[in-house]
Amino acid sequence: MTAIDIGVPRGVPRKRHAPTARRHRRERIFKVVGLLATLVGLVALGALLFDLAYSGLPRLSWDFFLNFPSRRANIAGILSAWVGSLLVILVTGAIGIPLGVAAGIYLEEYARKNLLTNIIEINVSNLAGVPSIIYGLLALGLFVYGFGTGRSIFTAGLTLALLILPIIIVATREAIRAVPDSLREAALGLGATKWQVTRDHVLPAAMPGVLTGVIIGVSRALGETAPLITIGALTFIAFLPTPPITSEPPFISFQWLWDGFTVLPIQAFNWVSRPGDDFHANAAAAGLVLVLLTLGLNGIAIYLRYRLRKKLQW
Amino acid sequence: MDAQVKFSLRDAPHEMIERAVKVRAENVNVFYGAKQALKDVNVGIPERGVMAFIGPSGCGKTTFLRCINRMNDTIAIAKVTGRIVIDGENINDRKVDVVELRSRIGMVFQKPNPFPKSIFENVAYGPRIHGLATSKSALEEIVVSSLKRAGLFDEVKERLHDAGTGLSGGQQQRLCIARAIAVEPEIILMDEPCSALDPIATARIEELMEELAKIYTIVIVTHSMQQAARVSQRTAFFHLGNLVEDGPTDVIFNNPKDKRTQDYITGRFG
Amino acid sequence: MASRLSAAQRRRIRIRERIIESALFLAATSSVLVTGGIVFVLLYESAAFFEHVPVITFLTDTVWTPLFADPRYGIMPLLCGTLVSTLVALAVAAPLGLTAALYLSEFAGPRVREFIKPTLELLSGVPTVVYGFFALLFVTPILQKIVPGLPGFNMLSAGIVIGIMIIPYVASLSEDAMRAVPQGLRDASYGLGATKLETAVKVVLPAATSGVAAAFVLGISRAVGETMIVAIAAGTQPNLTLDPREPAATITAFIVQVALGDLPHGSLPYQSIFAAGLMLFLLTLAFNIFSFWLRARYREVY
Repeated sequence: MTAIDIGVPRGVPRKRHAPTARRHRRERIFKVVGLLATLVGLVALGALLFDLAYSGLPRLSWDFFLNFPSRRANIAGILSAWVGSLLVILVTGAIGIPLGVAAGIYLEEYARKNLLTNIIEINVSNLAGVPSIIYGLLALGLFVYGFGTGRSIFTAGLTLALLILPIIIVATREAIRAVPDSLREAALGLGATKWQVTRDHVLPAAMPGVLTGVIIGVSRALGETAPLITIGALTFIAFLPTPPITSEPPFISFQWLWDGFTVLPIQAFNWVSRPGDDFHANAAAAGLVLVLLTLGLNGIAIYLRYRLRKKLQW
Repeated sequence: MDAQVKFSLRDAPHEMIERAVKVRAENVNVFYGAKQALKDVNVGIPERGVMAFIGPSGCGKTTFLRCINRMNDTIAIAKVTGRIVIDGENINDRKVDVVELRSRIGMVFQKPNPFPKSIFENVAYGPRIHGLATSKSALEEIVVSSLKRAGLFDEVKERLHDAGTGLSGGQQQRLCIARAIAVEPEIILMDEPCSALDPIATARIEELMEELAKIYTIVIVTHSMQQAARVSQRTAFFHLGNLVEDGPTDVIFNNPKDKRTQDYITGRFG
Repeated sequence: MASRLSAAQRRRIRIRERIIESALFLAATSSVLVTGGIVFVLLYESAAFFEHVPVITFLTDTVWTPLFADPRYGIMPLLCGTLVSTLVALAVAAPLGLTAALYLSEFAGPRVREFIKPTLELLSGVPTVVYGFFALLFVTPILQKIVPGLPGFNMLSAGIVIGIMIIPYVASLSEDAMRAVPQGLRDASYGLGATKLETAVKVVLPAATSGVAAAFVLGISRAVGETMIVAIAAGTQPNLTLDPREPAATITAFIVQVALGDLPHGSLPYQSIFAAGLMLFLLTLAFNIFSFWLRARYREVY
C-alpha cells in the first residue's frame, strides 16, 4: 500500500513566470514621480516665500512698521494694521479659547450619549467646513446690523472667535481623549469630584494638545481676510484705536473695542488690488510679515505636536 | 537541489521514503533593531510533505518562516544574516529578486486576509500581476482549478463575483490558500493558518494540507502540538530564538533528545 | 463610616459641580447657536431677496448684474465661475495629492515622512490673501508666457493656486485612509510576489477608495468656499464661461465685491449677497456631508 501518492513527477509542470525587470522599472519610475509630486507643494511654498521676500524685503524697515497707510506708497506703513491685528486677536482669543476649550471638555468628559450631544458633535464637524466668508455674512447680518456692534474691533474679534471655535473644540477633544483612563480612575479613586479630576489631572495632561489647537486657531484668525471684508472693514484707517489705559480713574478703558480698525491681511489686500508696482511691493512686505507670523505659529504648533507624539507613550 | 542530504520521512507506517532537501538554512540570525529574534538557525526542509515549526510564543518560529520568502524585508528594522538555500540558490543573496522569489513561495497568514474584492479577483490577482494567463479563459481556468484544489469551488461556484470578505473564516482561509496556489508556487508557508478558525474549519484545512503536500512543500507554524502531530512528517522545535531540535515528527513527540523539547511537549511550559 | 465633610460642605461641592457642568454645557451648545445664527441670517435676508426675485429667475437667468441700473439676478454665471475654478483646483490637487499620499504611505521611509508631512501642512497655514498675491503677481505672469493672450485676471491662475492650497488636505486625508488599510492585505500581496507599486495601486488604493474619495470631496468643498484667491486673481466680473483662461467672478468673489462697496442695509443688492451666501452654504454643506458619509463608510470596513 502506498500511503501517499508520491508518484507525482518531481518537477510539476510550471508556467514560466514573466520576467520581472519591467515591473521593477515601473516601481523605480514611480518612486521618482511620487517624490516629485510630493515636492511640488514644497517647491510652490518655496517659490511663494521667495517671491514675497524678493518684492517685499526692500520695503521692510522700522518706518514700515511705524507709519500709517498713505496714498504715497513709499511712505505707507502697517502701524494701524498690526495694532489692529493684535487687538482683534486679543478679542478672538478671549472669547474663542475659553469657549472652545470648555465645549471640548464638555463633549469629551461630561456629555452623555444622547440626541443632543450627537447633534452638537455633527454640528461641530460641520462648522469646521463652512467657508469663512459665510461667517462674515453672519457677522454682517447679525452683529453689525442685528446687535448693532458696528464695524468694530469687537465685531471682528467675535467673528473670528466663532470661526476658530471648531478648530479649538476638535483639538481639545483629541487631546483629552489621549489622556488614559487610568489617570482619571486614580484621581476618582481618591475621592476627587469630576471637575477636580478634569481640572487637576485631565487638563494639565492634555495641555500641550490643547495649546497646539489654540495656536493653529490663532494663526488661522490672524490670516483671515474674507469675513472681515464682509463686515466692511476695508476702509482707510490712518489712526490708532483709543488707548486702553487712560490718565483718569479707573485708568482702564474698553472704548477701543468699538473703534474702527484694519488688520494686516486687509491692508495687504488693499495694496495688492491697487495698480502699480510700488503698492505691490508694500503688499509683498505686509504679506511677508503676515506669512512669517502665521507660518511661525504653525511651525510652533507642529513642533509641539511632534514633541507630544514622541513623549506620549502611556 | 541538494543531493548529499536526504531525509527519511515516516509518511506511513512501515514505509521509509527518501526526500531531497528543498530549503536549507545555514547560520540564520534575525535582529529586530537591537533585539535578536533568531539565533544561528540551521535546518533542512524536505521537498514535498509538511514540516511543522512549534514552540512557545515569541520563540522565533514565525520570524524564521518569514525568512523563507524574505517577508522580513517589509519590516524596516529587521536585519537577516546567514544563508537560506532553496534549490541550490542562496535567497539572501543581493542578486535575488524578491518579487520573483515570492512568486515561487506562497504564504498563508494567521488571520485570513482576503482582499476587499470578489472571490474571483482574489484568486486572479496573483496570476494577473505575474502575467500567468494569456487569455481571459485561461485566467478563469486557473481560478477555477485553484479554487477546486483549495476545496472551496463547490461552496462558491454560484457567487464567484461576490466579495471575498463575505465568506466565513474557514472559507476565507481556504480562499487565501487558493489565492496562493494560483501562482503555482513550489513552497507554501503557513503561519498558524488555523488559529482564527473553529475545529471544523480547522479539520478541513488540515485535510487540504494533506492533499497539497503531495505536490507542494508545506511549512507550517503552529502553536498546537496536536496539529503538528496530525499534519506533519517533520517537526522543528524553537525556543527563545534557538532551533532546539528537529527531526521526524514522531521522534520529536515520542523521543525528544533535548530536555527543553521534552518539557514543552509534556506541557511543562508554553 | 462617618463622613469627613459636613452636610453643608457636601452640598456646596455638589452645587459647584452642577454649576460647572452647566457652564461647560452652555459652551458646547454655543456651536449650535453659531450654526443656528448662520442659517437664520442667510434665510432671513434671502427670504427678503426672493420676495423681489423669483427663485426660478435666480436659478435660471444667465446674467448677474445686481449693481447695474437694470439689475439682473441669475446665479448661473457665479456658479459657473465657482465650478471652473474648482475644477482647475481639483485637476492640480487630485493627481498631486493622490500621488503624494501613495508615496508617503507606501514608499517613503519614516524619516522622509516625518519631515515632509508637517512641511506640507504649512501650505494650509499660509493666509489666503498671500496666495492671492502669489497667483496674481507670480503665477499669472508665468502663465502668460505659456498661454498667449491670457488676461491679467483669469480663473486658471486662481484655480492652480487653490489647488496648491488644498494639496495638504487631499494628501493627508488620503494617506490616513491608505494607512488604515490593514497590513495583512499588503503582506498577502507581497507574499504573492507583487511589487510595492502593484500592491499600492491594486490592493491599497482600491481598499482605501472611499477614504480617498472623501479627501477629494473635502478638497472640492474647500475650493468652492475659497474667497480671497479668486477675488484677487480671477477678477470680480460675472462671466458665463467654461473657459478657465477667462476672468470670472465666483460666488465668494461677488460677496467680496459687494462688501467692498458701501451698500445700504436692506437694499436688494445687499440682500443678494445673502442669497449668494445661502447657495454657497448649501453647496459646501452637501459636499461636507458627502465627505463625512464616505469617511464613515471606510471606518466601517475595518
